[in-house]
Amino acid sequence: MRRIISVLLENEPGALSRVVGLFSQRNYNIETLTVAPTEDETLSRLTVTTTGPDRVIEQITKQLNKLVEVVKLVDLTEGPHIERELMLIKLKATGSQRAEIKRTVDIFRGQIVDVTSSVYTVQLAGASDKLDGFVQAIGTSGVLEVVRSGVSGIARGEKVLSL
Amino acid sequence: MELLSGADMLIRSLQDQGIEYIYGYPGGAALHIYDALFRQDEVKHILVRHEQAAVHMADGYARATGLPGTVLVTSGPGATNTITGIATAFMDSIPMVVLCGQVASTLIGEDAFQETDMMGVSRPVVKHNLSVRHPSEIPEIIRKAYYIASTGRPGPVVVDIPKDMTAPNERFEYAYPKKVKLRSYNPAIRGHAGQIKKAVDMMLAARRPIIYAGGGVILGKASGQLTELVRKLGYPITNTLMGIGCYPASDKQHLGWLGMHGTYEANMAMHHSDLILAVGARFDDRVTNATEKFCPGARIIHIDIDPASISKTIDADVPIVGPVDAVLKEMLALVKESKEKPDAEALAAWWRQIDEWRAFHGMRYETSPDVIKPQEVVEMLHRLTNGDAFVTSDVGQHQMFAAQYYKFDKPNRWINSGGLGTMGFGLPAAMGIKLTHPDEEVLCITGEGSIQMNIQELSTCNQYKLPVKIINLNNQSLGMVRQWQDMNYESRHSHSYMESLPDFIKLAEAYGHVGIRIDKKEDLEPKLKEALAMKDRLVFVDIQVDRFEHVYPMQVARGCMKDMWLSKTERV
Repeated sequence: MRRIISVLLENEPGALSRVVGLFSQRNYNIETLTVAPTEDETLSRLTVTTTGPDRVIEQITKQLNKLVEVVKLVDLTEGPHIERELMLIKLKATGSQRAEIKRTVDIFRGQIVDVTSSVYTVQLAGASDKLDGFVQAIGTSGVLEVVRSGVSGIARGEKVLSL
Repeated sequence: MELLSGADMLIRSLQDQGIEYIYGYPGGAALHIYDALFRQDEVKHILVRHEQAAVHMADGYARATGLPGTVLVTSGPGATNTITGIATAFMDSIPMVVLCGQVASTLIGEDAFQETDMMGVSRPVVKHNLSVRHPSEIPEIIRKAYYIASTGRPGPVVVDIPKDMTAPNERFEYAYPKKVKLRSYNPAIRGHAGQIKKAVDMMLAARRPIIYAGGGVILGKASGQLTELVRKLGYPITNTLMGIGCYPASDKQHLGWLGMHGTYEANMAMHHSDLILAVGARFDDRVTNATEKFCPGARIIHIDIDPASISKTIDADVPIVGPVDAVLKEMLALVKESKEKPDAEALAAWWRQIDEWRAFHGMRYETSPDVIKPQEVVEMLHRLTNGDAFVTSDVGQHQMFAAQYYKFDKPNRWINSGGLGTMGFGLPAAMGIKLTHPDEEVLCITGEGSIQMNIQELSTCNQYKLPVKIINLNNQSLGMVRQWQDMNYESRHSHSYMESLPDFIKLAEAYGHVGIRIDKKEDLEPKLKEALAMKDRLVFVDIQVDRFEHVYPMQVARGCMKDMWLSKTERV
């Protein structure tokens, strides 16, 4: 099952390499990874999506917790949560395609953020499967370039991940 | 406040940490530190001949005393040579601090002379590593390093020290922190009371219980609590290779150790048990055999300081995260005050069954009228040293024979590389112990393959007068490799024969020691006595043993606990 694990990490050099190293060292899977400082500049927040049987997921959270620089973590998929990923996608857009793409972007509530005579650059945010859905709807033949941020997530309601 | 250079702060921090010995080897990036070391005499430095040996020395010291060992090396090759030693300590959770020189911070990343990314290289085999970014941080970093290394599940910590951090001309205020606080590191200090109660209820209701103890009992200094609890309950106990000595081997309740080369009765009792109390053990693959066939009728209580060890390979029914000594103490108190008592009838039947298994096989081997068996050498050493020596080993058949036939009644006396299986560990580990235990007998039981992996340390032994006794069980081959080739590769002995062995007697003498060769069975006892009588000399005893012996019992690969070879021909 796919999991979203959110980690508060000491914002120190080398801390990220420990997390990434742990995954490769123990043969765990990383699908996406995002990391950035939080409002407290001594802490980074890292979000990793991974898949694996329950036993492996349990080991991932335990092994992450063992890293001295990991302050706290939560498996967001254990409860209700909001998941977002940002995609920038450059599409071939000429002739009649331009209107069609514009309509599809509107349906997915994306925005065209850059335009040339032959190219649209589209920005789209949402859960990963929504982004997948957009690429599918457009069709890969028109896609020139895709960049995705990886998943960020936060628990719904009053639950917070903080010190 | 005092003003000190980074190098002086480093050495002062070691003094304030109470470090008596460090083991190491100098080089360019560590020279400021070595100069600071020269200008004092509280911290004594032992100069090894290869950095790997420095780490094993620190490791031997740590295993024998329970205190963290300390290593000092230079950057680049000095640092990378420590990696096998660090990985050895990591796999067996041994507390240790390894101080590594590094090229100046201004040169890092430029492929400078003797530059290696030691933070990156060591990362997968350390509990943690720390890099000095400003000289003033040194006291705090050293304090943190020892704190992390020796608390929770212990392990090695590397400190990377760029040369400019120890420059003699820059001075900073020195104060050694009394305490260290890390918001992200808080090892458990006691187990969950509800879980402990539940575990005790299950233990008292069990009909075929067994206690399975590991190296964590020794690391957690809980042998006393464990022994008291086991005796109070009257249950059988087995331990892992790493747990040897956590419960007296000569006691009737002790079934010997379990796993791949464990005793018949220990493996049988595990397989047929209905309740396993695992204490500071990690259900390693050399213990469980095929995990899906592991102890089908047993419920499992698992006590460990490291939550990641619990339900990693075998699911625990009752997990208890906490220090083993504290948890066992609470368990004992609950057992004492409980109205429930173990079912005496069920327990008696269980012991009858176990005694049958013991009688069926036990530990035995075939003797020969003229060939020396490695097992009998170990048995004789046990007798001649009253079972009270510190015994280090290398890795292979001799290691298994030593563990099987030297019956340890005390913890911290059996010193071996169980997790990583590092050949070359035995001699330097023995040196680390002898240095701090000059009046104790320290034996290194080894083989002619392993001893050559750190043989250069005979020179260090001469320099510091370390009269360890090296017992070389010489079968002229890499015995364990050959055993596997016999069993799995139709005796095709691919590269397991040691050709061109040196004359170990002359070699020992060249390094200033005594060499004794034993190749006749009748010489075994008198010559071993002669060697042991030379209290102030290192004696290298080269014993020609049976070249074709195998280690038994041996679990059948991919079977369950009870599937074993008992000899070359008997399989159960």
